Amino acid sequence: MGFRLLKRTSGIERDLDDFLDQVSRSGLLFQSAIDSYFKDNLEAFERKTEEMIEIEHRGDALRRSLETQLYTKTLIPESRGDVLELLENMDTLLDHFKGAVWRFEIERPQICVEYHDDFRELVSCGVEAVEATVLSCRAFFKNVDTVADHMHKVIYWETESDKVSTNLQRKIFRREDLRLSHKRHLRDFARYLEKIADEAEDVADRLNIYVIKRSM
Amino acid sequence: MFAFFLSSGLFLGWSLGANNTSNVFGTAVGSRMINFRTAAIYCSVFVILGSVISGAGVTDTLIKLGSINAMAGAFIVALASAVSILLMTRAGIPVSTSQAIIGGIVGWNFFTGSLTDYDILTKILMTWVICPILSAIFAIILYKLVGYTIKYFKIGMFKLDLLIRYGLIIVGALGAYSMGANNISTVMGIFVPVSPFTDLSVAGIFSLTAAQQLFFIGGIAIAIGVFTYSRRVIVTVGEGIIQLSPVAAFVAVGAHSIVLFLFASQGIEGFLISHGLPTIPLVPVSSSQAIVGAVIGIGLLTGGRNIRWRLVGGIASGWVATPIIAAIISFISLFFLQNVFQQETYRPISYRVTQENVERINRAGIDTKNIMDLVGKEFSKAVLFKDALSGKKALTREEQNIIMKYTKVNELEVTKEGIAKVDATWITGDQKRAIQVIKGKIFAHTWLFEEALANITPQWRPRENDREYNKELTHKFSYIYEIFRRDTASMH
Repeated sequence: MGFRLLKRTSGIERDLDDFLDQVSRSGLLFQSAIDSYFKDNLEAFERKTEEMIEIEHRGDALRRSLETQLYTKTLIPESRGDVLELLENMDTLLDHFKGAVWRFEIERPQICVEYHDDFRELVSCGVEAVEATVLSCRAFFKNVDTVADHMHKVIYWETESDKVSTNLQRKIFRREDLRLSHKRHLRDFARYLEKIADEAEDVADRLNIYVIKRSM
Repeated sequence: MFAFFLSSGLFLGWSLGANNTSNVFGTAVGSRMINFRTAAIYCSVFVILGSVISGAGVTDTLIKLGSINAMAGAFIVALASAVSILLMTRAGIPVSTSQAIIGGIVGWNFFTGSLTDYDILTKILMTWVICPILSAIFAIILYKLVGYTIKYFKIGMFKLDLLIRYGLIIVGALGAYSMGANNISTVMGIFVPVSPFTDLSVAGIFSLTAAQQLFFIGGIAIAIGVFTYSRRVIVTVGEGIIQLSPVAAFVAVGAHSIVLFLFASQGIEGFLISHGLPTIPLVPVSSSQAIVGAVIGIGLLTGGRNIRWRLVGGIASGWVATPIIAAIISFISLFFLQNVFQQETYRPISYRVTQENVERINRAGIDTKNIMDLVGKEFSKAVLFKDALSGKKALTREEQNIIMKYTKVNELEVTKEGIAKVDATWITGDQKRAIQVIKGKIFAHTWLFEEALANITPQWRPRENDREYNKELTHKFSYIYEIFRRDTASMH
């Protein structure tokens, strides 16, 4: 029984690491896909989109398997609810990356070259915020004391993302030669990308509460 | 008749299982780390193993229930204790079994006019206060230590979960084992001398003595109690007082075990004495009191706001009520058994003051001038003699106890059959030979018997500054008195 139990936990830890890897990879792929989009390399963009969809599926499967394992094997009874919520929230981040790339694929926004850098920065802020959240999450499972080391970075990137987005929207609406519909389309994208860092921050806030609960 | 008397022992075993499981597995189940069924299985298996393998034999029984000298009396005391524990179990209150039994014995003492050792009552009062406090302090220290360890070794959530789970199972299993070992003699011990069992060889692999077979049956009775009725008390300990985290659950049961080990262990005391180290004062501890104290300690550490004090109050009043209820039930039942069913519930013990006794008392350093007027008198009950002695102002309580010790009539006859019964493995060769020397002699008092043996071999003499040895000697004497005792009832 002893060895089975040992295997079982290490299996769960592996799955959990795997799941967080998917979230992290999804962010990197997202960044790279948007880059391809701006470079007008649609073939690479579509390939990366496909890859992200696969990652999202894999993430979903892992999350479900983790949830089942936690319940059927009655592991971590006191933190189980929190961990499940955390997994769901991390999954939302994964979904958000996929949703964003899909929007690019469906709507094909015409982004003026002068905004490319701002959009890239906005994407980068979101990805960094999610990455810091992933690191906080790993710390939560492995060494709860180091969660704070990553948590402050989430807040930093969220603030940066806000600034970049506001700046970008201001620039868009200051231009005279664009149609209002075009401006609004670009604004929607800016806002959608900004929300990634916002959500990462929400997850981090919840995580903070779980950390407090665990340390009591 | 044996089976009928045994039933009350089995009932006591059952109620013990139903109540005391919470001490070892309550916090584990309450924190949802181990489910009830798993805990019940582990608990039952280890209780039975503890009972059969390490169940303290005849000797300890004589200390606990030794004063009760008739089967029907023992039956009632066991029954009264079991009923009072059952009542507490129904209320979900963890109680100390030994305190219920002491309550039952006090009821018997009142009924038979025997003396109650008030030191025991003070000890019980101390367990209610000191034991939970000690346990709470240990729980707080241990909780801090475990917290630092987790931080220092950077133990992850799942690894910690695994370690705590193992820890809870191991501590629980060990606790269940010692629960069986320590309590089985209370449950079954009184029936050992009258058991019809003979040694049994199981498939030629190992053999069970008659006592072990009896203990096995008792162990099963405890196990049935665990499975059928222990959940209620488990809920109280595990989640009733406060909701425990798995780490807290482990700390609570760990602190409880440490307190029991440190403060009830003569082994440690012996070790410290033999190495010339200062000893830990042995305070009376009880498992139920220790676990409740530990849980409260953890609650206090986390601010104390989560503790359900109303329940704690209920538990405390349950502790007070248990021995009282047992005493009352015991007293009333003995009355009925004696007067309605005409059963002998006790063998009267009388006290005789003779010139010889007075001389012995004098040698013990007591001024006997005051009691010379009692020479030649006989008292049929301990209380009557005690009253007569209390009238003598010059005597302290201790001196009165010594006088009672030397005047107590306990006729012993060293018969051939008796000598054959003496367990040769436990008694040394010299000791046995000494008994054979006095074959055929009759002694009116135990001290005469002890002196006779001590004159033959130093092995029957108490040693100075060797508490362990002297205690063992007392056990042996008690055992031998049981064998050689003449039926005093027939002599009156």
